[in-house]
Amino acid sequence: MGQPGVLRGVEKEMARVIECIADNVVSPLGRTSMENYVNVKAGCSGLARYEEMDRVSSPFMLSRMDRYLMDELCIGLGIPDGKYTFFEKMLLSSSIQAVRKSSIDPSSDRVLFIISTTKGNVSLLDRDVKGFPHERVLLGKSASIVSSYFGNPNAPVVVCNACISGVCAQIEAMRALQSGRYDYAVVTGADEQSPFIISGFLSFKALTDTPCRPFDKDRTGLNLGECAATVVLKASDAPACGWVLEGGAIRNDANHISGPSRTGEGSYLALMEVLRKCGSEGLAFVNVHGTATAYNDEMESIALYRAGLIDVPVTGLKGYYGHTMGAAGIMESILSMYAVQDGTVLATRGYAEQGVTYPVNVSPENRPAHGNRFIKLLSGFGGCNAALSYAYYS
Amino acid sequence: MTDMEKERNLKYTVITDKGVTVCGRVLEHNHTGSAMLTEIYRAQLGDWPKFFKMDTLSKVGYLAAELLLKELGERRLEGEEYASDRAIVLFGTTASLCADRNYQETIQDSDNYYPSPALFVYTLPNIVTGEIAIRNHYRGETSFYVLDGYDTGSMAFHLQCAFQDDVTESLLAGWVDSTDNDDFRCFFTLMDRADASDLKGLENELKGIMDNLK
Repeated sequence: MGQPGVLRGVEKEMARVIECIADNVVSPLGRTSMENYVNVKAGCSGLARYEEMDRVSSPFMLSRMDRYLMDELCIGLGIPDGKYTFFEKMLLSSSIQAVRKSSIDPSSDRVLFIISTTKGNVSLLDRDVKGFPHERVLLGKSASIVSSYFGNPNAPVVVCNACISGVCAQIEAMRALQSGRYDYAVVTGADEQSPFIISGFLSFKALTDTPCRPFDKDRTGLNLGECAATVVLKASDAPACGWVLEGGAIRNDANHISGPSRTGEGSYLALMEVLRKCGSEGLAFVNVHGTATAYNDEMESIALYRAGLIDVPVTGLKGYYGHTMGAAGIMESILSMYAVQDGTVLATRGYAEQGVTYPVNVSPENRPAHGNRFIKLLSGFGGCNAALSYAYYS
Repeated sequence: MTDMEKERNLKYTVITDKGVTVCGRVLEHNHTGSAMLTEIYRAQLGDWPKFFKMDTLSKVGYLAAELLLKELGERRLEGEEYASDRAIVLFGTTASLCADRNYQETIQDSDNYYPSPALFVYTLPNIVTGEIAIRNHYRGETSFYVLDGYDTGSMAFHLQCAFQDDVTESLLAGWVDSTDNDDFRCFFTLMDRADASDLKGLENELKGIMDNLK
């Protein structure tokens, strides 16, 4: 096993405090973060079994957004009908709600829009899908559609780092705010689960046709899900107050493009950098990736063990939402904020019996949480891994 | 230092479907498009059979990175040697569109339906960063950003931001686009903190390099 990266001796003083001032989650479990949190805490799941979809003929589980309810939500938010793809509606319905909640002026040149997605409008490549110009498949166009909706003058950026995009997007927002060029960042993540993605994961034999079981000895694979999630971050020179994004890191395994490192190298390095920056004081839990594939959960247990976090409570949300890809890092961070404030380590739905080499502190029941901080951990194809830490200050 | 002098300092590789330039030196080739990539790989590198499994975006990015590192005389890390202080930060407008189209063909028709995991994995644009990280034992940050058009201002800004990671000391940075197997354009450069300290200067340098891609 390798050594952690060369550590710099003196911790640099952060120039500005990066607060999360508003958030939103749109998913099959609700249209707001609070609705989602209440449903997850009550044990509800959006997962359902599908026998087929278009040309995909094998059964699979999916947490799918109801298209009629989405249209209804969009009409309620004043999003013009017929103008946007389903993926764009996901981005807009979540970002509009979060921006309204934040009371910021999104048209200001002090605001940066960052989009997190893996596949965006890829469903437009299907020859049977019509009605939108071809260039709409480009991810940069999706980002511009969102920023222009709000009349924002800055060039938006799309973070496209496979499954870790949502954590990377928040890290990039933190950096953009630290630079002093911007005062606010609107970070929105989403992915539509089209036959493109479902057939691909099926071809990888990564999907299970039963509800996923993170960290369980009988886990057989992951479920996919749809979600859109947004955080509005603010740079402030005032003392830390509310939810503060204190640090994050992205590291590569340098091992394999479609499988995690057996030693959890990249996740370990990302965790160590976050711990070095933010410490572990008040750490209530680690919200893991927990996809319920054999390799991912095993790898995460090794990384947590090596980082000295094996006794810290761990919680995974895939049993409620499936893997929501571009939204995962943002939605799972938001639910973690609500859980910390509620003094709860959310149950890991689907888990029953320990199934990893280094037993993680995981439970199928909601538990009391102690602390004001959490770590969000993700890993993805391309050997990439990312972690970040938020802390709450009253 | 003037912008002109700084531009001479920044070493870079350019690959388009018409040709390959390594730090100002034009490489000879008989083919264009995807055949040229294989030709250049065989003539210049030839030491990594995984190259043949890669999609076009990864082949182009991999070649650009390897040719640059070789030209600069970078020592290759091997065995148990790994580096966390070098990040790979890439940009583009098309992301994995080329691989997306190729994969879509495999699922478009129900009587010719053969989704392949080997094709699907490349429908994530950040795979190219992973390929380069694996070859070079880089365990630092790897990131792929998509922009709406050639935007050297945004690029310079996000590259400068990457140095906010305290461990990152140098960046393998670049731009890579591919719409189909015979249409691609890319540049790669190696930069350190000092190269990114002057935002306007960096933007001008990137502008100069990007002109080679148009």
